Amino acid sequence: MVNETRFAPWDDPEARPLIQFRGVTKRFGDFTAIDDLTLDIYPREFFALLGPSGCGKTTMMRMLAGFEEPTAGEILLDGRDIAHVPPNRRPVNMMFQSYALFPHLSVWDNIAFGLRRESRDKAAIEARVEEMLRLTRLTKFARRKPHQISGGQRQRVALARSLAKAPKLLLLDEPLGALDRKLREETQFELMDIQEKTGTTFVIVTHDQEEAMTVASRVAVMDEGRIVQVATPEVIYEAPNSVYVADFIGDVNLLRGTARARPAETAPEDQPQETQQAAPDAMPEQVPATKPGDRRYQPNALGMRLHNTLARVFGAWIEDEPKRLPAPEPAAAPKPKAAPAPAPAPDIPPGGIEIDWAQGQPAVIAANGEPALDGKPVVLALRPEKVSIAKDRPVAPNVLGGKVIDIGYLGNISTYHVQLSDGSMVKAQATNTRRIARRDITWEDEVWISFSATAGVVLAE
Amino acid sequence: MRRALLIASPYLWLLALFLVPFAIVLKISLSDIALARPPYMPQWHPGDGLVALGEFLGSLDFENFVFLTQDDLYWKAYLSSLRIALISTALTLLVGYPIAYGMARAAPEWRPTLLMLVILPFWTSFLIRVYSWMGILSTEGVLNQFLTGLGLISEPLQVLNTNTAVYIGIVYTYLPFMILPIYSALEKLDDALLEAAEDLGCNRTEAFWLVTFPLSRTGIVAGCFLVFIPSLGEFVIPSLLGGSDTLMIGKILWEEFFSNRDWPVASAVAVILLLILIVPIVLFQRSEEKAREAAK
Repeated sequence: MVNETRFAPWDDPEARPLIQFRGVTKRFGDFTAIDDLTLDIYPREFFALLGPSGCGKTTMMRMLAGFEEPTAGEILLDGRDIAHVPPNRRPVNMMFQSYALFPHLSVWDNIAFGLRRESRDKAAIEARVEEMLRLTRLTKFARRKPHQISGGQRQRVALARSLAKAPKLLLLDEPLGALDRKLREETQFELMDIQEKTGTTFVIVTHDQEEAMTVASRVAVMDEGRIVQVATPEVIYEAPNSVYVADFIGDVNLLRGTARARPAETAPEDQPQETQQAAPDAMPEQVPATKPGDRRYQPNALGMRLHNTLARVFGAWIEDEPKRLPAPEPAAAPKPKAAPAPAPAPDIPPGGIEIDWAQGQPAVIAANGEPALDGKPVVLALRPEKVSIAKDRPVAPNVLGGKVIDIGYLGNISTYHVQLSDGSMVKAQATNTRRIARRDITWEDEVWISFSATAGVVLAE
Repeated sequence: MRRALLIASPYLWLLALFLVPFAIVLKISLSDIALARPPYMPQWHPGDGLVALGEFLGSLDFENFVFLTQDDLYWKAYLSSLRIALISTALTLLVGYPIAYGMARAAPEWRPTLLMLVILPFWTSFLIRVYSWMGILSTEGVLNQFLTGLGLISEPLQVLNTNTAVYIGIVYTYLPFMILPIYSALEKLDDALLEAAEDLGCNRTEAFWLVTFPLSRTGIVAGCFLVFIPSLGEFVIPSLLGGSDTLMIGKILWEEFFSNRDWPVASAVAVILLLILIVPIVLFQRSEEKAREAAK
C-alpha cells in the first residue's frame, strides 16, 4: 500500500487525460441513462466502470465506441471531440461481451478483419496478425473456426482482434463474464499483463466488483447514470464515500445511528464502561511493538492518519489474537462492573465520534469519524474481516455480545452471522487456521465480536 | 418393435408415396402407346402368370426416351424450363432478400405480424391468385388502366401471355419460399457482429457484404432451391400467364398426357424431369447438412 513511484496520473496536475467526458448526458426517451457526467481517463490506465445492471455503465462504453451519441455534452479523445464520430472512424476498439466473433471466418481472418479495412499491404497485415496470435497464445488455432475452439480461446481471439489495430483505447464489455471462475481469474492476470505489454488504455465494464478491483488502476462506481465515486480499488474498498459504494463493494455491516462527538484531547482513561477488563498485551489498535501504557504517539493529524492506515492493514490480523488466547481468568461475569480495572483499558485514540445505533447496545466508537457530524444520523460501514469474533470477551474499543446464527464456510475463511441482543445482525470473518472439525465457535454459541476504533468508515446518511 | 416401426414409418411413407408411383410411371414410360384403356401396352395383371410376366418385361423398351432425343421440341423445352427457373429464382432472390432483411430488422413486436402477412396468400387458392394476375396483366387489366390513366403510356402494354408474365407469376407465387429461410437466417444474426464490423472499420455497406450476407448464405441457398425445384416443373403459371411461345416442360408434359393421350411419352418426359431435379435436390440436401454441422 505504501507507494514507491506509483502509476497515478490522476494525481498529477500536468498529466493530460486521454478521454474526457464533459457534462455528458444521454437520454433514451424519458429515461436518463447518463446524467451530466464529467470524468477524465488517463493514458495507460486500466479503468473500470462498475455498477449494477442499468446503472449506465454500458451506455458510457457504447458512447466511447460510437454506437450511441450523447444527448448533450462532449466526449474528448486526445482533446478532439468524438461525440458524433461514427464507430468506424475512431481509434477505439471494443471487445464485446458475446465476443462477436465472425462465425464464417477463421481465427486468423477474424484477427485480420480490422487490418484489412485499413488497406495496409499484405505483409504488414500478416506480420501483425502473427504478432497478435503470439501475444494471445493462439498460433496453433489460427486456422480454426470460432465454433471449433473453447470459450477461453474465443475470449482471447476477441481480445486479439480488438487489439490488432493498436487502438488508443480498448473497451472491454464484461469480457470475462462467460468464463468459469478459475479461467476468469487466470484471464484477469493475463489481461493486466497484455495491457502492460501493449501500453493501451483499457476501459472495462463489469458488474463483478472483484474483477474490477483486481484488474483496474481506478474504479468508477456508478449508480443511476451518475458516478458515485472514482478512486483506486484500495480507496474504494477502504474509504468508500457513501453507503451505496460501501454496500456495493464487498461485504459490509452497516450500523445506522446518531453521531455524538467525542472529546478530542482527553486522556485514554475516559473509556466507555463496557470495555474494562483486559489482558495486558491485547492491543488491537497498535502495532505489536507498542506497550499498553506506553504512549508512543500523540494523536496529531499526521499521526492519526498513519495510525489509521496501519490499523487498517494490521488491525484485522491483530484483532484475531484475543480469540486464540486462552483467557486465564473468566471474563465479564465475575467482575463487578463498577470495580476499577487493575489492567489498563484498551487504548482508544481520542476524538472522532461515538454512534448510538441500537437500543440496549453500547455506542460504537469511531475515532476516525468527523466530530462535525455531532447529532447527525450516520452509518458506520464495517467490513466483516475487520470484525473479530471470540468466545471470551476481548479487550477492544468496541465489543458487542451476541449469538452465532449462521456460519458461511468459504474454505479459507468463515463468515459468522452474529445476532446481537437487540436482534440486529453483524457479520464477522475469521481465517480458518484450524481444521473445521476443531473449530471452536459453532452455531448458537454466545460470542463476543470486537473491532477497533478505526475499523469502520463513518458515512453521512 | 415400436422402435423399428418408428424408424420404418418414413421409409414406408417414401415407398408408398414416392417409389411405387415412380415405378409405375417408369413402367409406363417403357411401354408403347395404344388405343386402349389404359392407353398403353403391354399390360400385365397378377392373374396372368409368370410366363406372361416374362413376355411383358421383354416387350418393354426405351423407344420413348430415344424419341425424346430425336424431336428437338423436348430438349428445347427442358433448356427453356431451366432458363426460366433460373431467371425466376434470381428474380425471387432479388425481391425476397430485401423483404426478409426488412422483416429481420423490424422491431421484434412487428415480426410476427410481418411473418403472418408473408404467409397470408397461402390462405387463398393458388389457382385463384394466378387468375387474378391475368386480370391485372391483361391489355384491359388493372395495370394497363392505371398506367394509361396516369398518361405514362398511350398503348396498352402486352404483358399477359409473355415470358414476363410467367416471371411475375413465379416470383409472386414462390416469394414466401424465398423469404422464410432467408428471414430465419437473418433473424438469428447477432447485432453485435455488425457492431463489431463497424467497430473494426467497416461502414454500413461493407458490414453488410462482409458479415450479413455471408451469414445469411444458408438461407439464400435454401430459398433458391425451394424456388428453383418446383418452378422447373411448373405447369399452371406458364399455361395461364405464358404465351404460345413460352416453352416449359410442365406444359409439354400436360399436353402429351391430356391432349395427345400419349401416356408413355408423357411418362418418359416426367422421368427425365425427375432425373434433372435429382441433381439440385441432392445438392440442396448436402448444403443443408453442412449448415447443420456448422451450426453445432
